[in-house]
Amino acid sequence: MAQMAVSEGSGSSSNAWASKLRRIRALVMKETRQIVRDPSSIAIGAVLPLILILLFGYGLSLDVKNVPIAVVMEFPTPEAVDFAAGFQLSPYFHPFMMRSMPPAQQQLLEHRVDGVLRIPADFSRHIAAGDAEVQLIVHGGDANRARIIEGYVQGIVGVWAARLASQGSAKPSQPVNVQARLWFNEANDSSYFLVPGLVVLVMTLIGGLLTAMVMAREWERGTLESMFVTPVRSDEILLGKTLPYFVLALFGFGLCVLSAKFLFHVPLRGSMWVLLGASMLYVLVALGIGLLISSWVKNQLVASQLTMLVTFMPAFMLSGFLFDLRSMPTVVRLITYALPARYYVALLQSVFLAGDVWSVIVPNTLILAAMAAALALGSRAVMHKALA
Amino acid sequence: MSTTPGAAPALIAHELTKHFAREHEAPVTALDNVSLEARHGELTALVGPDGAGKTTLLRLAAGLLRADSGSLRVLGVDVAAHPQQVQDRISYMPQRFGLYEDLTVAENLNLYADLHGVSKAQREIRYPQLMEMTALGPFKSRLAGQLSGGMKQKLGLACTLVRSPQLLLLDEPTVGVDPLSRCELWDIVTRLVAEQSLTVVLSTAYLDEAERCRHVIMLHRGQVLSQGSPQQVAVLAEGRSFVATPEPGQSARSLQAHLLDRSDIIDAVPDGGRVRFVRGVTAAPDDLHDVSVAPRFEDGFMILLREHSDRERIATIAIAHPFAHREQETVVRVQELVKQFGAFTAVDRIDFEVRRGQIFGLLGPNGAGKTTTFRMLCGLLAPSGGDLNVAGADVRDAPASARARLGYVAQKFSLYGPLSVTENLEFFASAYGLRGERKRARIDWAMQQFELGEHARATSAQLPGGYKQRLAMAAALLHEPEILFLDEPTSGADPLARRAFWRRITALAEQGVTIIVTTHFMQEAEYCDRIAIMDSGKILAQGSPAEVRGLARSIAKPEPSMDDAFIAVVERSRGRTNESPAGVRAADSPAAA
Repeated sequence: MAQMAVSEGSGSSSNAWASKLRRIRALVMKETRQIVRDPSSIAIGAVLPLILILLFGYGLSLDVKNVPIAVVMEFPTPEAVDFAAGFQLSPYFHPFMMRSMPPAQQQLLEHRVDGVLRIPADFSRHIAAGDAEVQLIVHGGDANRARIIEGYVQGIVGVWAARLASQGSAKPSQPVNVQARLWFNEANDSSYFLVPGLVVLVMTLIGGLLTAMVMAREWERGTLESMFVTPVRSDEILLGKTLPYFVLALFGFGLCVLSAKFLFHVPLRGSMWVLLGASMLYVLVALGIGLLISSWVKNQLVASQLTMLVTFMPAFMLSGFLFDLRSMPTVVRLITYALPARYYVALLQSVFLAGDVWSVIVPNTLILAAMAAALALGSRAVMHKALA
Repeated sequence: MSTTPGAAPALIAHELTKHFAREHEAPVTALDNVSLEARHGELTALVGPDGAGKTTLLRLAAGLLRADSGSLRVLGVDVAAHPQQVQDRISYMPQRFGLYEDLTVAENLNLYADLHGVSKAQREIRYPQLMEMTALGPFKSRLAGQLSGGMKQKLGLACTLVRSPQLLLLDEPTVGVDPLSRCELWDIVTRLVAEQSLTVVLSTAYLDEAERCRHVIMLHRGQVLSQGSPQQVAVLAEGRSFVATPEPGQSARSLQAHLLDRSDIIDAVPDGGRVRFVRGVTAAPDDLHDVSVAPRFEDGFMILLREHSDRERIATIAIAHPFAHREQETVVRVQELVKQFGAFTAVDRIDFEVRRGQIFGLLGPNGAGKTTTFRMLCGLLAPSGGDLNVAGADVRDAPASARARLGYVAQKFSLYGPLSVTENLEFFASAYGLRGERKRARIDWAMQQFELGEHARATSAQLPGGYKQRLAMAAALLHEPEILFLDEPTSGADPLARRAFWRRITALAEQGVTIIVTTHFMQEAEYCDRIAIMDSGKILAQGSPAEVRGLARSIAKPEPSMDDAFIAVVERSRGRTNESPAGVRAADSPAAA
């Protein structure tokens, strides 16, 4: 064999930078190849966002519609029938017509209906007297839902009474007329706030879970051990991991935004640039958490569980995406201030539904930026080229 | 070359100590006040069993760990203070080399070349040499995960050689690799040392490999037993190494067992149909038909090991109800057995038979299909085709009844780590359906026969390796099985523990227990009555050890070893199928030793 001497180029700092860049490029290329070839990264990076989009967009709905309700008409006078017709025509109710209370109560006990509306036998007589009453019993198992149903019933009663008054056939006692309007979500459609929330979940999954898993996999397979004993520096290893997953997360982000706009017709009232910038910051934060976790936990299973617990679950429950932060107990609400997802959700809801409200965008963006910087420094400090 | 031969040693350790903390337990001492050195331009071997401290020492040298006390200078640099300086100049191949299995051979090489800053021009010179050396040329675009074990090791080595390191650290590069690949790896390393005065420090558990190094450091339980040339160790056995020939009708195995039981004999191993043994100093001449032979490294090693470890006693075993020896009775019959995992054929139409009281050995490298075969024999895995008859029952129809009559010791011993020794035995006894008086009697038997009393209360995770192996064997024998399956029982065990293991196995066989065992130590085949050599799912040769060795007999090698036999058989089969260019390689490179 011929002489295999290789002289190491060293010296000037520009040279050092050139080889640093070359090492980072090599790591990014390696990582990209692995992402493309590994079905599980594709699954988490592309398939999972799609499933979540479809699940949240079509499967999960917080809207109260088609409420099953028992309408007990004790005596079918023309007024009573006319009144009940209001329920039959409403998209919010699915009425079951009955003639007496006991079977209706039974239905309510078995929770086949969410409520019972009783139109008493003397309904028509009281209308003439101007003091008609109907009885409403609502299943209170889900207090929020019960309140919404109650509101709907009152709405229908109000509309019917107004119509009656305009025909002049009775004297309705309705001196004040409430004109309610829903801002930001005029159609009262829950996909308006579910789909922006979805963006948070997808970013969290790709940024946090995927990076924690791939890093732990390198520990498990012993690939880092041989890589450590090369001129590669630990910040280069971190960058080599961060860049490809950053791109992958933005890809998932693109999928979510496109489906929000074209599949679910959620309006984007703020600027696209604010949305993109805020999302990039949040991805950096999620990546930082993932890398930080994986430098402590060197096992894929534990890393994924821990990331789920630390990032995904809080993003789901405590970010204000599903549950209103202001109605949480104080202690829990204080915890939410530590969650990056909280700030991102605030930004998303503002940009999607309200527009560029700078008093919301500026503080939340600053907090996310600070968190990203702290996590980057943190994972840099924790990442040593050493085996524990 | 930027090395400076003749200057300070490439690696100097001075009073190096390293402990590892454990949860709820006393810390382990991996290295205990170790002082040693490795010189430039030489091949230095760290020899010792699992837990000797070899890997810890190499990781310290690579700057991956920090010592608790003592100093370590690598290439003149204090590695604890400046790990990056050392890492820029050395190459390191960990035990499980971190190849990226989803990258191709060429992509793995390019990654390491990029990380080491090897220029395009340099690669054009370097790559063809690496390809020639490792014979990986035809597989450049194959994914690393799809290479055989030996090829993976060679690729790992190539990745460390993308540029000339000033020091090459190799952690057990040949463990679990087939003898042919072992030979090739050694050829590569010895050539690099001879032709380019590369400095290499490697660790190994194979004692025959130590003999090929200039400088050998023997580690045992974190301490240096000796360091110097292999001859210096061999010389300890000067005038004490002998070879005895068994009487007609006596097997080498039973003569070996007989010799090993004698207190004046330090070591005895079956060797090519005869028995090689080492006498204690006090040995008097006696009636053995023996011939004095030149001592080898292993003989001296065993003398040193015996001096330093009194814990592992070599003892025999007596079972409560010996099985009647009916020589001709076949207890395991395997015909045309096939196992496929998707498109991959793990076991490819194998046939063999085992008679009662025989020791049957399945030999082959990692990935040959040994464990898969075992799992099918034990009814743990359904075969894709073929017939399997174990203890008179067709395993496919009646796995439960067949299973009650066999014992199984899995690779790495499936014990319950948090349970104590007695709790493990209790559990396995209950799992086998033992109750009351019989259960107590069997557990007492196991505690006594396997000498488990010393650590009875310790959890099995805390046990030292040899003890763990005894406990696993005891658990597998509780229900008095007539067939015992042992999967790689001696992998990573120190030579003394291996001797003790085989002493018990031969005793069991003499009492009519049928033993089926896998191993990748070729020398251990000599303990078996019959062996089968497996490679990539096929049985390439089977017969008695003497018959198999005979396959490699030639004028150049009138007395081939089991390694030679394996290499000959595998080369013949690979040459026939034209799968690997390995045959071409071996032909043009005379042994480099």
